[in-house]
Amino acid sequence: MTFRIGPRTNQIIAYSVLLLMTIITVLILFFIIGYVFKNGVGQLSLEFLTDRTREMGKEGGIFPSILGTLLVTIFAILIATPLGVGSAIYLVEYTRGGMIRRIISFGADCLAGVPSIIFGLFGFIFFVIQMNLGWSILSGGLTLAVMILPTIIRTSEEAMKAVPYTYREISYSLGGGKLDTILKVVLPTSLPGILTGVILGVGRAVGETAAVIFTAGSSLGIPTSLFSSTRTLAVHFYILAREGISMPKAYGTATVLIIIILAVNFIAYRLMHRFIARYY
Amino acid sequence: MYIRLHPFRSTHHFMMIKISIRDLNLFYDRLQALKNINLDVKKNEILGVIGPANSGKSSLLRALNRLFEIDGARVSGEILLDGKDIFSIPINDLRRRIGLIFATPVVLPGTIYKNMSYGPKLHKKFSASVLDEVVSRALKAANLWDEVKERLDESASRLSGGQQQRLCIARTLAMEPEVIMMDEPCSGLDPISTAKIESTMLELMEKYTFILVTNNTKQAARLATRTAFFLSGQLIEIDRTEKLFTSPSDKRTDEYIRGKFG
Amino acid sequence: MKDKIAEKILLLIALSAILSLLLITFFIFQQGVPFVVRVGLGNFFSTIWSPNRGHFGILSMIIGSLLVTAGALAVGIPFGLACAIFLAEFSSKTIQKTLKPIIELLAGIPSVVYGFIGIVILVPFIRETFGGPGFSVLAASIILGIMILPTIVSISYDALSAVPATYREGSVALGATKWQTVRMVLIPAARSGIVAGIILGMGRAIGETMAVIMIAGNALKIPHSILDSVRTLTSTIALELGYAAGDHRAALFACGAFLFLIIIILNIIAIKVTKRR
Repeated sequence: MTFRIGPRTNQIIAYSVLLLMTIITVLILFFIIGYVFKNGVGQLSLEFLTDRTREMGKEGGIFPSILGTLLVTIFAILIATPLGVGSAIYLVEYTRGGMIRRIISFGADCLAGVPSIIFGLFGFIFFVIQMNLGWSILSGGLTLAVMILPTIIRTSEEAMKAVPYTYREISYSLGGGKLDTILKVVLPTSLPGILTGVILGVGRAVGETAAVIFTAGSSLGIPTSLFSSTRTLAVHFYILAREGISMPKAYGTATVLIIIILAVNFIAYRLMHRFIARYY
Repeated sequence: MYIRLHPFRSTHHFMMIKISIRDLNLFYDRLQALKNINLDVKKNEILGVIGPANSGKSSLLRALNRLFEIDGARVSGEILLDGKDIFSIPINDLRRRIGLIFATPVVLPGTIYKNMSYGPKLHKKFSASVLDEVVSRALKAANLWDEVKERLDESASRLSGGQQQRLCIARTLAMEPEVIMMDEPCSGLDPISTAKIESTMLELMEKYTFILVTNNTKQAARLATRTAFFLSGQLIEIDRTEKLFTSPSDKRTDEYIRGKFG
Repeated sequence: MKDKIAEKILLLIALSAILSLLLITFFIFQQGVPFVVRVGLGNFFSTIWSPNRGHFGILSMIIGSLLVTAGALAVGIPFGLACAIFLAEFSSKTIQKTLKPIIELLAGIPSVVYGFIGIVILVPFIRETFGGPGFSVLAASIILGIMILPTIVSISYDALSAVPATYREGSVALGATKWQTVRMVLIPAARSGIVAGIILGMGRAIGETMAVIMIAGNALKIPHSILDSVRTLTSTIALELGYAAGDHRAALFACGAFLFLIIIILNIIAIKVTKRR
């Protein structure tokens, strides 16, 4: 009799392999974060966070980059959120299958798949050169806005679709118009979901490098206006690491970057759960 | 075969008719939900509407407050409210005057107070004290005031099913409607809540006109002044409740009432 | 009345996404296509990239991108599918709720951090264990594989979860073990979703720039082994755009246009695959 592995044993083997691979994956995440933190936490001091950058990054702090990242991201959000939520409102409330909906969805889906370097190329030729905005927070913010637009559209769309149809019916039966219903019933109800999308967009924007380096530039000065060029945290980290300017500072910058992203994801996660808890 | 009410053109009779429906057809795409409906709703009556599922009862209600437009449906025919074509009345005014209570009580997210004030605020600006008045009056009329007066700023979802449904009624009353349409309002509720709602309806009958769609023929028998029987989108028979239930003119009405189908 | 105005305004806003896409397409192609027409397809698809001497051949970079993407898929698909299957079929609700966000967190880590970890840990390791410069196809494949993992896990997980319970119940009722059910019923049923996830992962791997620059070595030749250095299309654009001018710059846009085309095609395929049910 040949020795066969029965289905039960097969399953045990399969389960162990799957479990192992999952554990490896999770461990990789912890490892990456842990390694960066271990080497970078020592760098974190009030001085590091508030000092100007000196000697091309070898000395000093990362305040200009923190400020620059903040400004670029906020600007991007200010542009992308109204456009994204507005698009979602139109998709959910005003279309019902049909050509326009498919075109808009297609546009958003494709935009979501475009690599960041292409956004960098586009931002460079369009905002920096064509629109003559130069390397600036404006160029960077606008480019990032286009990048995170699909994220906001998608999450807002899901959030608004989740609002029960009966809520709208009731508003209409009470004599509310379409705009009333959207503004006073649908939007307030879907707000947590929409915010989650915005926050996820923030997370994406903060970690972006290729799109930002060619639009916001890499100036190390403290930005003074929207037209100032600036070096965001991710870009600064990239330059420090690649040029080998200062490993300790690089680790420090990366640690700050990861902390921001962890915070952002955590907030989004909690928001999402509050939203789900309301309806399921 | 159906009995058609001949509208008397005398002023006296005219004033007694709140809603007049002539040759009403309703189409959802290819599906015809209402076929050639002719009926009058008299002022201050409770008009019961009975019939099996998919007979067009809910569609009738949604035609009257033009909610069908949101579903993407089309109508033909004429509907008059107090003699005026409902398609020429501004739509939010129409929906204020003809209120609709749905089968499942759906409370909007937010406090009880917010639920109550949402509707009125859509139509007029109110000062805080007047709004409070409107809210408390409506809650009293719906027999809910005593149970919630201390809890107006609590979330409305905390209320029981029966209380939520009475909140929906109160919400509609706050708009000062003339006609109140109820689409199987007690379907998910326990007998006690049902009884409370039924007695509220009887109390309010003096001031308002009711159209009550119900699956429960006994409820119609209890409450309705006149009752209409619908089948497959057509109005089969309409008459005084007593007469309809004891000696209906149409065989199908008789069979439905006796539970032979449905 | 104000409802009508609102509708028109919202329509305009909603068109912003497709408008941006069109703008991007237009400008990238406007910069890149005339250039390709000018130097000819023969030059553009040759293997020599030496802009100063008029050679604009992207073939070696295309091969580089392909190799690195293939490597990424070789790493990402097994691990990605394994996690997705484990989460969807072999773990309790609590484990799912805890692990899924953690794996999705992997997607949030910036690519430069991945690249950095690659530089300080993976590259020296490869160099010491396997020889070669360390900056290699292998390094890039591993890191990219980890980067596209969350995409594959998310979409495959959703695809598996969407399989109706009746499929599972039917299979188990016939006496199959869970693993047999997964292998013979669920995966085939979720196939289109899983494939879409893989295609999207592929798109992300092809488009990845920063991490690749940091660890793939950027040598301009066609690699002969996975331990060789390699350069991808994306790396070239990112490395040279800073100082390129005139024809050189146009060439980089042409690279971008080519890349963009590939990605859009992949996206369309992914959408078609998901629609085909």
